[in-house]
Amino acid sequence: MSDAQSIPAAVLDNAKNRSDKPAMREKFHGIWQTYTWADYEAEVRHFALGLKSMGFGLGDKLSVIGDNRPRLYWAQIAAQALGGAAVPVFQDSIASELAYVLADADTSFVVTEDQEQVDKILSIIDQLPGLKGIIYDDGRGLGEYEEPLLKSFDSIQELGKSADSASYESDVRAITSDTIAYMCYTSGTTGRPKGVMLSHSNMLCVGRAFTAVEDVRETDDFISYLPMAWVGDATYSVVTSILTGASTNCPESPETLQRDLRELGPTGLIAAPRVWESILSEIQVKAEDLSGIKRAVFNKFKDAAIEYRRKEEEGETLSGGDKFMQFLGEYLVYAPVRDQFGLRRSRWALTGGAPLGPDTFRFFRAFGVNLKQVYGSTEISGLGSIQSNTNANPDTVGKACDGIQVRIAESGEVLVKSDGVFKGYYKNEEATKDAFVDGEWFKTGDAGVLDPDGELTIIDRAKDVGKLTDGSAFAPQFVENKLKYSAYISEAISFGHERPHVCAMIAIDFNTVGKWAERKALPYTNYLDLAQKDEVRQLISDEVTRINRTLPDALQIKRFLLLGKDFDADDAEITRTRKLRRGYIAEHYAGVIDAFYGGQDAVDLRAEVTFEDGRKSHVDMRLSIQDAA
Amino acid sequence: MLDVSNGGGESDAILSVRSVAKSFGGVQAVKEVSLDVERGSIFSIIGPNGAGKTSLVNMISGFYKADQGSITFDGTELIGKRPSQIAEQGIARTFQNIALFHGLTVLDNLMLGRHVRMKSGILSSILYWGAAQKEEVEHRKRAEEIIDFLRITDLRRMTTGELAYGLQKRVELGRALALDPTLLLLDEPMAGMNQEEKEDMVRYVLDVNAEFGTTIVLIEHDMGVVMDISDHIVVLDQGEKIADGTPDVVKADPAVIRAYLGASHLQD
Repeated sequence: MSDAQSIPAAVLDNAKNRSDKPAMREKFHGIWQTYTWADYEAEVRHFALGLKSMGFGLGDKLSVIGDNRPRLYWAQIAAQALGGAAVPVFQDSIASELAYVLADADTSFVVTEDQEQVDKILSIIDQLPGLKGIIYDDGRGLGEYEEPLLKSFDSIQELGKSADSASYESDVRAITSDTIAYMCYTSGTTGRPKGVMLSHSNMLCVGRAFTAVEDVRETDDFISYLPMAWVGDATYSVVTSILTGASTNCPESPETLQRDLRELGPTGLIAAPRVWESILSEIQVKAEDLSGIKRAVFNKFKDAAIEYRRKEEEGETLSGGDKFMQFLGEYLVYAPVRDQFGLRRSRWALTGGAPLGPDTFRFFRAFGVNLKQVYGSTEISGLGSIQSNTNANPDTVGKACDGIQVRIAESGEVLVKSDGVFKGYYKNEEATKDAFVDGEWFKTGDAGVLDPDGELTIIDRAKDVGKLTDGSAFAPQFVENKLKYSAYISEAISFGHERPHVCAMIAIDFNTVGKWAERKALPYTNYLDLAQKDEVRQLISDEVTRINRTLPDALQIKRFLLLGKDFDADDAEITRTRKLRRGYIAEHYAGVIDAFYGGQDAVDLRAEVTFEDGRKSHVDMRLSIQDAA
Repeated sequence: MLDVSNGGGESDAILSVRSVAKSFGGVQAVKEVSLDVERGSIFSIIGPNGAGKTSLVNMISGFYKADQGSITFDGTELIGKRPSQIAEQGIARTFQNIALFHGLTVLDNLMLGRHVRMKSGILSSILYWGAAQKEEVEHRKRAEEIIDFLRITDLRRMTTGELAYGLQKRVELGRALALDPTLLLLDEPMAGMNQEEKEDMVRYVLDVNAEFGTTIVLIEHDMGVVMDISDHIVVLDQGEKIADGTPDVVKADPAVIRAYLGASHLQD
């Protein structure tokens, strides 16, 4: 493994040691086009030298915005090669969010994927006085633009090709490991997003810790589809690949992801819980549609597999019959299902960012997917702990990786100390100081428990844990996750702090409830209409009753309401990484909360809708509140 | 280069129609129509149902043979040529009713659109050897460029029969583009579409015109679209040309208002 000081220096090493091995692929014109490590390095170098001649240098910031495209990755490494930092931003951000982040980060160059993103930048250009260049990858539709700052990626590389490159390598080697490599913006569940400064040593340390516990090989293939603005993409895709020589693969477009995934069959995959849940519900929907005998076979082997794993985990003896079923099932059901979802070659699969429902988790493990939970946050470079292959269960998030220390504060908050812990929030010393205990233990903000074996369990966000009026502890996320494990529920938010009992607002899952309605021959027009059907309310009511049985008495949901629309990041109700913004919701749905505890049985609601271009509209609706059994 | 073809104002006409007429039995579908389509423009033909718009386009593309008159494309007379020969000249068209091969994939439909540009013989194509292989790769590349252009990468391997109507229309445009046309005849490309599909299609028509420099002849009923994007409009009514000019001129023309809205509106 490379022992380079910085990410671009590790790229230089790869260009020497494995120059003709594939580094990156991009599906383009329907074919996977390969770039070797030598190509990768040359692309980065040409772009870096071009940027340099435009005045980009030490400490400058370059933002990228768009889908996962090789050039956007190269641009980030190129910025780092000049001693600057990459500031990836979410491609679906609305203009005002984008303006805030780019201005706060003092971005001097933005590299965009296409016209859509260029238009977005141009609409906020007057708020970005420090901007020196807007560089685009795909020039389609941009032919008649007259903005002087607008340049093509090729033109910058052309500049770089004719620039003096003599000192390039020694300059890159001279970059210290303390230099900031990435600035990732926190999702901002409370207030404005903050720029998390991550150094080269932060990223490389975590990358090395990851490859030490996980089996990553030079011949491996990963698929790059996670938002680039999320630190996980940098940690698990870019840095892991650069450290091990594994290749990253960019799908053709988000729409073709599923097909590309299957075609490629990545050897390792990381996905958010909602992705795993949607794969499971797709499998279930397809299984429902099978003809009689096929469905019987599927169900038989599904039950057998889950039972087999249970016995294995609980140390029961496995009979010859069990083993035979497992063997047969692998050929008849498990392997074909894995293949359908591109998991044919994957030796490990990770889920993180939020808890995954135990049934979903067990299903994938039973079907031979080595699914494991990982815990991390932006401030600790995306990795804190990870489950081992043999001890993966739905409750914990595994043991801390080598070189990463975890302890629980007296308040119950999880604290982390490692070389991966960030260098501070950009231009915000106060927040930085508040984020640490004793100057070096980072306060993750999560409430957790550490068992004697060192297995970490996360309960909730520390600041969200409250108390009911009778004094019993109330962990909202704990309740919400139980609700969200239901296939029919997409999002939920619960209330109870300083209240007599727990109430919840629930957003139904439009797909599964829609399918359910189809099977019941229940006509509906849109989300609101579906959510207001008596039959659907009864369905969710039954789910809530079932879920209540798994909750401690004090936390049982007494009243709930079905929302007329799902939570949406454009409406600021959740973050781009789909975390609830509780303060905002409590404020905007104050009327609902009053109605919950005031005993009313319906409430009028005006929901704000924000379109991607920033225009606002609203929907008026009357929603009825139900008492749970 | 000195242009001596027609002299004066019509110097850059890519397509010239002169006194063309067509009748079916006793019905005179098109009566003595003349028009000039400027190179690189978006040229619309509008008119009420049965005005002869499609008949005119069918004569240009060689589907029907004109009874009289002349149609010249880049100086070549088209009347008397077979549709395949006209296609080879660089004129492609889409149809009012979708005419795709519904059992074939989107990619295969596009490759088929390139058929007139393919030169390999049957034998070398079957063997997929030498020049035939090279040619196939070239054609595939062009088809993929069009797929990328029309943003249908995710539909590449789907059969067109499975697609929604609006997408089929888009694939049909792609199939016409696969011919690398210099003149594109679009027969009601937005008919039956919802607002969003319509806006998308308008975008693609404008992009084709701007990026490939393709001259476009458009038959369309949606007046908003026609007035917005056309450089030049010709109005037909009962087989006759009743107006000819820029959108503003045509909009104000009393004959057009009469044909579209009835005479009483003019008297007010």
